[in-house]
Amino acid sequence: MSEKDLQKTQNTTVTEKIRNVKTFVPRVDIYETREALFLIADMPGVDEKTVDVELEKNILTISGRVDNGKVEDYSLVFSEYEVGDYEREFTLSDEIDREKIKATVKQGVLRLELPKAEKVKPKRITINAA
Amino acid sequence: MFNPSIWRMKRFADSFPQIIDLQREINKLFSGAGQNTTLDYPVINIWEKDDSLIVTTELPGMDAENINVSVVGNMLTIAGMSKADPIKEGETYLRQERELGNFQRNFQLPFSVDAAKVEAKYEKGILHITLPRIKEDLPKKIKINS
Repeated sequence: MSEKDLQKTQNTTVTEKIRNVKTFVPRVDIYETREALFLIADMPGVDEKTVDVELEKNILTISGRVDNGKVEDYSLVFSEYEVGDYEREFTLSDEIDREKIKATVKQGVLRLELPKAEKVKPKRITINAA
Repeated sequence: MFNPSIWRMKRFADSFPQIIDLQREINKLFSGAGQNTTLDYPVINIWEKDDSLIVTTELPGMDAENINVSVVGNMLTIAGMSKADPIKEGETYLRQERELGNFQRNFQLPFSVDAAKVEAKYEKGILHITLPRIKEDLPKKIKINS
């Protein structure tokens, strides 16, 4: 495991919300294959009902709403992490086929598949012997 | 640096959330000092009731089988392993920010735990461990004769 700060990073760029909760930047991994880009975001506390993926023009916004992490009947006595909403924006290039974006959520991890548009997929050109 | 022990914080039970926030802000001023290191992964919150504690921790994207929770006496251990997506040759990571790999963390609890009654639940990427206090360890009410 690498040397990273374990505290969540607060997202200071989001517009103020009506709910009085902090907003954090989810950590993401992004990797690229020949066919698609994959984006994996850690958003503990969200499920398929509380997560939102929105694409407007070429801005992809992922957001998640987390109800306060309180445990009923118990009182907090020691705290190392905070609970709040998530939000993060990405700018997509035209390479992505917008119609075919797929999203799944499992155990607080959002997984997006962003397929590349046909026209930008690498093509192998066969060379014929003369 | 300014980390409270569980017991000390009990005196301020009512104002606890505010104190925690203040403590965090102060620690930020001395940035680096008292910060959690990767040895402290995963980070936890501890909740208390008379006869039990609940430990919550954020472990997104794990399989329940890959999380090991064990209790010996008053020592709680959370360990596990998370894996990255396997990528093929020629594929590249453009960003890698998530915490992946092996982890293990031990905590000393303020009382002995009834290991047989410990319950753990994993949902939405959050692990809840309920730790009931061992019966013999509970405070006894002493009757005062007049």
